[in-house]
Amino acid sequence: MIRIIPRAIIGRERSTCPSTPTAKPIASRIKKGFGETSGTGRERGLRPKYPGPVPAEVASAEEMAARLAEAGYLAGESAALVTYLATRLGKPVLVEGPAGVGKTELAKALSRATGRRLVRLQCYEGLDEAKALYEWNYRKQLLRIQAEAADAGWERVQDDIFGEEFLLSRPLLQAISDPEPVVLLIDEIDKTDQEFEAMLLELLSDFQVSIPELGVIEARSQPFVLLTSNNSRELTEALKRRCLYLWLDYPDVERELEIVRLHAPDLGDTLARRMIEVVHMVRALDLKKPPSIAESIDWARALLLLGAEELDASVFERTMSIIVKHRTDLDVVADRVGVKLASDGLLGTRRTA
Amino acid sequence: MGSSGRGGPPEGGDRAPRPPDGLRAASPQSGLIGGARRSGGLYGGLPSRQGPPGFDARVLELGDELRREGLAIGTSELLDAFDALSEVGWAEPVAFREALATTLAKSQEDRRVFDALFDRFFFRAVEREAVEKGLTERRLSADGEDDGREIDFDSLREAVRAAIRGGSDGEMRDLARLSIAALGRRGEGSGVVGVDVQRIRRSLGLRGDPAGEAEARGDPEAVPTERLREFERHLRRELERESVERTRSLPPARPLRELDRALPSAPLQDLAAVHRVAAQLKRRLATQQRAAGGRRRTHVVDVRRTMRASLETGGVPLRLHHRPRRPRRPEVYLLCDVSTSVTSASVFFLSVLHALHDAFRKLRSFVFVERISEVTELFARERSFEAISRAIASDAGVADVSGYTDYGRVWLEFLAETVDDLGPRSTVIVLGDARTNGREPHAAAFGRVAERAGRTFWMNPEPKLYWNYGDSVMRAYEPYCDGVFECWSTRQLETFVNALTSTRVAAP
Repeated sequence: MIRIIPRAIIGRERSTCPSTPTAKPIASRIKKGFGETSGTGRERGLRPKYPGPVPAEVASAEEMAARLAEAGYLAGESAALVTYLATRLGKPVLVEGPAGVGKTELAKALSRATGRRLVRLQCYEGLDEAKALYEWNYRKQLLRIQAEAADAGWERVQDDIFGEEFLLSRPLLQAISDPEPVVLLIDEIDKTDQEFEAMLLELLSDFQVSIPELGVIEARSQPFVLLTSNNSRELTEALKRRCLYLWLDYPDVERELEIVRLHAPDLGDTLARRMIEVVHMVRALDLKKPPSIAESIDWARALLLLGAEELDASVFERTMSIIVKHRTDLDVVADRVGVKLASDGLLGTRRTA
Repeated sequence: MGSSGRGGPPEGGDRAPRPPDGLRAASPQSGLIGGARRSGGLYGGLPSRQGPPGFDARVLELGDELRREGLAIGTSELLDAFDALSEVGWAEPVAFREALATTLAKSQEDRRVFDALFDRFFFRAVEREAVEKGLTERRLSADGEDDGREIDFDSLREAVRAAIRGGSDGEMRDLARLSIAALGRRGEGSGVVGVDVQRIRRSLGLRGDPAGEAEARGDPEAVPTERLREFERHLRRELERESVERTRSLPPARPLRELDRALPSAPLQDLAAVHRVAAQLKRRLATQQRAAGGRRRTHVVDVRRTMRASLETGGVPLRLHHRPRRPRRPEVYLLCDVSTSVTSASVFFLSVLHALHDAFRKLRSFVFVERISEVTELFARERSFEAISRAIASDAGVADVSGYTDYGRVWLEFLAETVDDLGPRSTVIVLGDARTNGREPHAAAFGRVAERAGRTFWMNPEPKLYWNYGDSVMRAYEPYCDGVFECWSTRQLETFVNALTSTRVAAP
């Protein structure tokens, strides 16, 4: 699903999509020189001039929620609404929330729901524009010089080696140079430096990239951009200003139950509910790493595999390492939740007796 | 103010047709729209001139209110908000609220402020109408002054609990009113809504139960925390409504920050201001460090950039490019006194601590009373201010028996813990009043700390006048510090930042 194969020539005609007449070489969109951009995003009006990120038929937040649900993602009310608004306004969404609430999954689901390709940029400390945006393929440039040095004039070589042929496009440039709109996921933006954030600003507000040797490359389609952050540091105001903000939190019992049912449909109703209640109990403890939604799904599947009938203390003890993954956390959970389950079990037997 | 406003339409009022009076009084939605044309003087400090009519103005006013609570809302955010509103049906409360929230509140903290303010703002719009129209609500017969005492407390308590556990919104509201009537000492409350709410909650014996554990234990007193919050919100609303009726004016808008962010009283409560200063502190430290590091370069050749540059000279690497040195992040050790002698100041300390943690990446924080305890991890994990203060109070393990500050012991422990990490690049900042309660100050140990660290600063929350009186031993520590500052207001904190950044790094 994720293609990170750098395409050396980003502007070539793609035989795979002959139906898009807008697919012209990237050079036609390159403007020489700077400072003559086509105005701010605001002046372009609400409707972006590029093919929009989402088919026009998504006409309401409810429909967005329905589509996401089809793609296997049960979005909360605000998540669906913000996603919908972002597609209509053509703005990036900044998604924050604790680890494991489905921030990355939202982007994947959106890509499935809209049939758009997902381009993913995983951020880490030290990520720079050469790895995120573009890089000159200097080996190829050298070869070209060697090959032409003898008989070609200086002018020609100089013009040639800074052509798009020698540009290695990285995820960000790929995302905007694709004639088909894509879903661009910039994951864990809080892991990068502030310098990198600053570099993103041009891309996020105007959907263009300035390459000193080449000029400004404008987007051929407007990607739907999703940035995720685990809140490990404050992002800059400038970045936040350009984004819509979405705070994802752990879902309530009912919604998480639906999510688990979606992924483990064979699990018995009472067991599933009991399980989710326990997960919520564990989350309420002061843990190093509270269990994520993915982990509760894993747990549900594990219980299915084990053929567990009910969630008693012994089953919990054997399987709790699926949701709790720190030595100290294990102790805390065994102490609080395990004991509670044991006493519940006693009560249960007494009641039946 | 109310009756005069009701007269002829104000200037510009004829541009927008008025809905019939009955409708405006009946539905909150019409109240919102009508409220925009009212004079702003009632509405917590807005200019008293006539605002433009229509709903847009209300959204702008909301933005203005949010700004006053410290949110960074620029024109672009407001434009986005209007764009978003044009995409959702804003007759739907949830969509309306979410659309505004996603464009205006850009962090979790902002969102909390937004939610609190949003309720009050649009609640006020209705109330303002009522004040202006001279409407009062006839009270239920049960909550008159006379038969207030006859309310059976136990049954009231039971009813409230039942409603919190599973009652409808309306029930909760009615019971909130009843509780206020019974316990609110109408007209002679503390004057601060938040205090009254908590008093009523206590007298009803309501306790929150976040994890749902108490129910299993069979504790009948505890109720689910979420629902309890809901009930408190109702109480707050009703109390405000009552005060509006009593005083014929709206409560001031400012106290929201103090009430809803729950900062105890301290010389400095403006968390947003502390955050601003901390950000400045960080930026200046960072640029200064970079300037210092710029002269010495590590000579690691960056092959990629050298090759790229060589293309200008036909592939001959004439100019070497070196890998740039990563900007060195300032290493700050922050030691924060949390003892009782500085209780009022410790809140300020904590907010500074908290703010600095957001801004720095390499920062180790310690809190101490008799012993020292590292809280860096706590801050890494927890971002809510309240949770942090709670955690420090409950299990930092900084107090032994007496609860009195023992600076001497603290230095020895700090030295033992960090002796290998302290270096010429480290900056040690101590926040404390230097009152040792007559114990050995161990100034020599502090001296060793200062010697190992590049720079040492002391911030004292007491006015300079009180230093070295009583058991304050500021004099013993002062010689070892690169600077000592009194620090009990934002302005002084800023002075500290300036001094900090103007001082050159001491040569190792």
